[in-house]
Amino acid sequence: MTSMISTVKLMNRLTSRRGFITGTAACLALVATPALAFSTSQAKALIGAAVKDINAIINSGASESVMLRKFENVFTNYADVERIGQLVLGPDGRSASAGQKRAFEKAFKTYISRKYGRRFREFIGGRVEVNSAKAVKSYYEVKTTAHLQGESPFSVVFVVADANGRFIDMKIEGISLIKAERSEIGAMLDKRKGNLDKLIADLKTMG
Amino acid sequence: MLPKNDRNICFALVSVFLLLTACAGPDVASGIYDPFEKENRRTHEVNLALDRALLRPSSGAYGTILPKPVRNGIGNFSSNLSMPSIVLNDLLQLQLGDAIHNTARFLVNTTLGLGGMFDVATKGGIAARSSDFGETLHVWGFKEGAFVELPVLGPSTTRDTIGGVVNLILDPVGQLVASNNRGIVTAVSAASSLGDRYQYTDTIDSILYESADSYAQARLFYLENRRFQLGISEGEDDDLYDIYGETYE
Repeated sequence: MTSMISTVKLMNRLTSRRGFITGTAACLALVATPALAFSTSQAKALIGAAVKDINAIINSGASESVMLRKFENVFTNYADVERIGQLVLGPDGRSASAGQKRAFEKAFKTYISRKYGRRFREFIGGRVEVNSAKAVKSYYEVKTTAHLQGESPFSVVFVVADANGRFIDMKIEGISLIKAERSEIGAMLDKRKGNLDKLIADLKTMG
Repeated sequence: MLPKNDRNICFALVSVFLLLTACAGPDVASGIYDPFEKENRRTHEVNLALDRALLRPSSGAYGTILPKPVRNGIGNFSSNLSMPSIVLNDLLQLQLGDAIHNTARFLVNTTLGLGGMFDVATKGGIAARSSDFGETLHVWGFKEGAFVELPVLGPSTTRDTIGGVVNLILDPVGQLVASNNRGIVTAVSAASSLGDRYQYTDTIDSILYESADSYAQARLFYLENRRFQLGISEGEDDDLYDIYGETYE
């Protein structure tokens, strides 16, 4: 019987029991190389502001539809949604027209904030805490810890692009949003025999 | 001559080493190595059907009938029973700090936590530091191997599958508990899993039933999360944020 149940193992892992807090001081001591436009402390401040907004939303007690709209604003204000859309579409976007790309990015933004906004709803009564930031190539990794009611704390890492100081990925316990959505969007395109326009139309109602 | 039980363990360990040396795979765990995809996808369909018909409804009933404090107590009790096995793996990995930490946790929860029903250790700052024999194999230098979706058990890798089997054999609790009481241990663990399925039902449902390719999502989530737990940073991520091989602007 034990064995019957362990599809769930995946979820145990998702909300892995181990917390993930690293020494802030050591990471902050890392000085950004001169070639970088932003600094680690700026990247950390950006995520600090985003997290402050997220904390305010999840504790606002607003209705679900209001919260989802506010989450979409967090994406608009702090994320490089255009870049995320391009990364997620990947090579499939190579043959897309400029108009298709724009339409995809718009539809994707609604889809992603709805999908992840619903997940954030489980954060109600909890809080996210920024721990540390470090420079990696042309981006920064800002480590945060989510403390949810009745759960062990878990790690959320935001990847901030140096080019414009906006976040381009979010890794929850190691699972990258870009990779997960690239796989999903790829599968959706396959189901529609590669018809991007159909995918764009459908995305608007999904998530 | 070794007692029968010990002989079984020796035999199991020798088999494990033979299997591990036989399972090839990429040197660095990155990307997806899934040579059995066809078979895995078939298993995934069966697992989905099992979840839909059995696990999901029974976890719903379990969650509705038992109040949250009772479910938490069962979850804590089951988690406490897994601590001796975790400590053993800490020792096998020479993680003495973790071994002491987890032993302290086990002692505190077994006594003050009334046999493990209450997780007083976490409140006192001794949260569990999880481990298993799959991690021990990783520490010993064995490769991740191929992705496998196991019937009923779900996503795994060849290394973690072998780790899971060895974990069962080496579990000190399993060794100590009299054979007529083992059913209780299994029942508690099953109940605890039902509780997990119930608690995370929205998230699990969204992965299993709302994604365009639930097999690919489950595979990615398992591999990425497992590598994160084991502290493997992926070389593959180097160009994850480049588009068509260009660097960012």
